[in-house]
Amino acid sequence: MTRGTAIDLCYLVAAITFILALKGLSSPKRARAGTFVAMAGMFLAIFVTFFQPGLHHQLWIYIAMAIGVVIGLPAARLVKMTAMPQLVAIFNGVGGGAAALVSITTFIGSNPKQEATYKVLEVLIGVFIGTVSFSGSAIAFIKLQELITGRPITYPGQQIVNALLALAAIALIVAVLVTASTTLLWILLVVSFVIGIGVVLPIGGADVPVLISLLNSLTGLAVAASGFTLGNNVLIVAGTLVGASGLLLTQMMCKSIGRSLPNILFSAFGSNITAGGGAEGGETRTVRQSTPEDVGVLLSYARKVAIIPGYGLAVAQAQHTVRELADELEAKGVEVFYAIHPVAGRMPGHMNVLLAEANVPYEQLKEMDDANPELPTCDVALVVGANDTVNPSAKTTPGSPIFGMPIINADEAQHIVFLKRSMRPGFAGVDNDLLFDEKTVLLFGDAKDTLSKLVSAVNAS
Amino acid sequence: MGNVLLQYLTVFILSVFVGIEVISRVPSVLHTPLMSGSNAIHGVILVGAILVMGHATTNLEQVLGFFAVILATLNVVGGFAVTDRMLEMFKTKPEDKKKKVIDETDEVIS
Repeated sequence: MTRGTAIDLCYLVAAITFILALKGLSSPKRARAGTFVAMAGMFLAIFVTFFQPGLHHQLWIYIAMAIGVVIGLPAARLVKMTAMPQLVAIFNGVGGGAAALVSITTFIGSNPKQEATYKVLEVLIGVFIGTVSFSGSAIAFIKLQELITGRPITYPGQQIVNALLALAAIALIVAVLVTASTTLLWILLVVSFVIGIGVVLPIGGADVPVLISLLNSLTGLAVAASGFTLGNNVLIVAGTLVGASGLLLTQMMCKSIGRSLPNILFSAFGSNITAGGGAEGGETRTVRQSTPEDVGVLLSYARKVAIIPGYGLAVAQAQHTVRELADELEAKGVEVFYAIHPVAGRMPGHMNVLLAEANVPYEQLKEMDDANPELPTCDVALVVGANDTVNPSAKTTPGSPIFGMPIINADEAQHIVFLKRSMRPGFAGVDNDLLFDEKTVLLFGDAKDTLSKLVSAVNAS
Repeated sequence: MGNVLLQYLTVFILSVFVGIEVISRVPSVLHTPLMSGSNAIHGVILVGAILVMGHATTNLEQVLGFFAVILATLNVVGGFAVTDRMLEMFKTKPEDKKKKVIDETDEVIS
């Protein structure tokens, strides 16, 4: 086996560890192990690179790496947990910058005029995407760090300016492809830098995490482009993995806040606050839909969960399944109790009967007056097929048909999860503001069905 | 277009599918650690940075390569350290830390 083959094999092993790491990061149990595996793979990939034939300037490489470690490690370890998003942003940005530099250095070091067109194109893509990610992440960092306002920064004609910049970048890419001019490549670098800033400025602070995920994905693609240029498989695999999974992750994040990616990127959301927060027009407001997996994790990592059953539980005959879920959670050390509204279901005591049938321990059943003082200390209120009995407009909206009805204060829990069949209002025909609350997520479907999915999700996490 | 390009394209396309497949069911509590973890993984650009620096022939290339290595090292080291810190909170179920995980992650997402 030649030295080159051995190194390539090590790169292959590293690539596999990265795949395993991403897989591990998808479950709370294996996330940490996944990261360690990736660290080992990364170390291997870097270590064997020093055995590549004809590697000069090794001392300088060590010095540069030492500088990186000396700056990076304390920053990552000492910054407060709340500042994590901006740290991710900045570490992502430097990766993009590195990819751009790698691409540009390769271009300068080669003889561009003799290179095949596709080679030059790979360089251009690496430079463009890497630089956009670099400057975009820098602005995201500055916004999150509140060095500038977190609000969207807009000016008249902003979209047009951005569009023109994008056109300029395309023109430059074509021009470099034709002329192989290094000067034009530098100009492309500058234009890309400005584009990164221009795209991020109008994005509001609340949306920046989604944006970072997108930029993360872009950096991955830039790394993959560098991999093409250098003919290095581990760069291609790792970069593409991050690029593809990052895009998907961005999509998922968009979904969980109920917005679309174009909406986040181009609408300067939050500059005029109309949607989402307003109390007017039930139809225009968005609800946050979740998945059983998400809620399963949320429940597993809660300390205290209040289950608030209602008519939907009775209809679905889900009392046994809800007990299963409660048992599962208790086995994980979560404190569970049932908050029973006197008129939950269609007759007084409906719920108690149902739950007793399922052999729910009596001490877990709490009447409304006993349950309400507990709710502020609950991490999750799991509303199973109830609606009116948790509708805060009974307390807050004097005009409401149910105003004055005592309710279970689900709105005081840290998180609220609704299991519902549809968005239809409850028995009283009143819209429920709690559904649109930002602490609330919804799981649509038959209660029994959803509950059994939750049981397996809790089991798995 | 040589066979080499085709070979890399094959790797690229397959990696796209793997990347999508591998994270298709991630709970939202883990969105941020996953983002951070993949952030660390693209720090593998350090391999590329070392290569261009090591094969640099002019001063300009050396300087650019030098900065590329610094930036890429920051990416790797910072990326992994941050991810590890986030995941530390998932390690066990100490009662008061647990809630923090969910709160903070949610804050980041929404």
